[in-house]
Amino acid sequence: MAAKTKAKMGVKEKRRILTAYRYLAPTIIILVVLLVIPICMVIGYSFFNNVIIEKNPVFVGISNYVKILTDKSFGVAVKNTLFFVIVSVIAHMILGMTFAKVLNTVYLHNVTKALFRVIYALPWMFTASVIAILWKMMMNPSGIINYIAMMLPGITDKIDWLGSRKYALVAVTIINIWSGYPFYMVSILAGLQGVSNDLYEASAIDGANAFNQFFHITIPQLKPILVSLLMLDCVWTIQQFALIWMTTGGGPINATETISTYIYKAAFSKYQYAQASAAAVILLIVCSILAVFYVKQQKSED
Amino acid sequence: MADVVGLDGSWVYDFAKQGSISNLTDLMKTDGYDDTQLSSQIKYEGNTYMIPVVNFAYPMYCNMDILKAAGIDKAPTTWDEFTADCKTIVASQSGVAGYAIPLSTESPSGIQNNFMSWLWASGGSMLKDGKPNLTGNQDMIDTVNFVKGLYDNGLMSEGSYSMKEADMVEEFTNGRVAFMIDSLAHMTTIKKEAPDLNYEFIPVPTKTGFSGKSGMDVANWGIGIASNCQHQAEAMKFIEYMMSPEVNANLAVLANAFPGNSKANPDYSAADAKFTDAYKIYQNDTAINEFTGLPTSEDLMRSYDEQLQLYPDGDTKTVDDMLKAVQDAWTPAFA
Repeated sequence: MAAKTKAKMGVKEKRRILTAYRYLAPTIIILVVLLVIPICMVIGYSFFNNVIIEKNPVFVGISNYVKILTDKSFGVAVKNTLFFVIVSVIAHMILGMTFAKVLNTVYLHNVTKALFRVIYALPWMFTASVIAILWKMMMNPSGIINYIAMMLPGITDKIDWLGSRKYALVAVTIINIWSGYPFYMVSILAGLQGVSNDLYEASAIDGANAFNQFFHITIPQLKPILVSLLMLDCVWTIQQFALIWMTTGGGPINATETISTYIYKAAFSKYQYAQASAAAVILLIVCSILAVFYVKQQKSED
Repeated sequence: MADVVGLDGSWVYDFAKQGSISNLTDLMKTDGYDDTQLSSQIKYEGNTYMIPVVNFAYPMYCNMDILKAAGIDKAPTTWDEFTADCKTIVASQSGVAGYAIPLSTESPSGIQNNFMSWLWASGGSMLKDGKPNLTGNQDMIDTVNFVKGLYDNGLMSEGSYSMKEADMVEEFTNGRVAFMIDSLAHMTTIKKEAPDLNYEFIPVPTKTGFSGKSGMDVANWGIGIASNCQHQAEAMKFIEYMMSPEVNANLAVLANAFPGNSKANPDYSAADAKFTDAYKIYQNDTAINEFTGLPTSEDLMRSYDEQLQLYPDGDTKTVDDMLKAVQDAWTPAFA
């Protein structure tokens, strides 16, 4: 009898699990077709001399990886990407936190805060192409930014923001910071509103000032959100392509060449699809390492 | 893929090598088609893979108001006159440049349309027997030094290194640059954005002392046949229809372009008077674009673009070093 009940429960359990997978099936199919298969294909491509335009590809092992990792241009792309990512992520965090604190303050009226919430979130609403066009116009040597800059003491010459090797990387980084800080702001604001006021009141009684409250209450309370934001932003910023391509194309020369523009040029300009695949796999490995840390961090929160 | 495909000349080499477009020479022979009426054919290994349907010519636009304000009566016809006029313009009008080359590495077509135009207009060539001929090529050396001179004298539009073709048109439309070499296709844009802009088309000035026939840069829109097409003969018939003198003439008028069939007689009577001026210049010149049909054309332009930026900036010391660097970058693509 007990064995029959046990068997019945086993069948029920299997049916329950199968039902769950049936609900998941559409998503799994889409993920497999649009993500898993293309990734496996690109990884496969990276081990051949060339693909797509090569009728008879020849297996060459890891020679594409050696070529990419010893290519000076790739080294420049990695250096630029590191600068772009580190500066963007730090600036996103500082700006996002600052605006979130401003929008969470008790010293402003709710209507004011609601209005500025919309204004501060606006950069996030635009697509990369709109942002690129806007900033290209503003950063034009005859554009509004130079017009204002030349009113300042000490600046007499127009700055070629996007066309000068000295300023181009800083310029695209500024554009990326402007377009990405709202994500931090909105997420941190949501987190701030979940921090209990009791903690601040209790700390105030103990003599804590705003500085102490920020570092000993706000930051620890927001830590899970902040770590998630950092991880996600790193992964997204490493892969940033559209903004850089539409503003500078990786130029002038290679001043704003990043890993993503390097991959694009290798594939669609040089038609070296296998080498582009190898570079893409290297990027995939880096992003996967970050993703593993992100998942581990999420699991430890649970 | 569609049976009949629209093609850009810079794609042909790589698509033909890949085997994705069909050999039109064989199809034309089978059909007994007279291909001498075609103004040009884009070939790979001696066989035609693309037929230009219409040509978008790149004449020089000249802002006559800027010239007038600088006290210049007639447009320049030689490089020396051009440089002198640009110097006069820049000295007399604040915020106005002489010339613009869009050198954004995102789309390095400025090398083809705005730089090499100078070389081709003076009868020069960047190739010899279909291979790069840059080092020791006096015409090329003179062209590079001429353009570098424009940079050194502060005559070029600012922001050149991140400028795209559309940005250059924007500069010209807003009266911030006196001369530009650009597609006739942008006439409509300029008419819409600045209907009062007083400009004319002029032949691209030539090297002082040159007296031969000038080459005019053209970008062509062409057609080919997909290699997986099940009806190759029928597809070829359609191409022959598109290239027939009457149909081709109509297409050219509709596209504000010049016909790909040398026997076509487009009726431009309803077109803008400026367009017919440009057509007259085109008829006096030889249509040319040496990048068409080259391997990895865009990448060739990009490597030239990068070296062209390094030379005026002083990173490369001599024009010979600059051209050697480009030749070294180009050679592997032709192997």
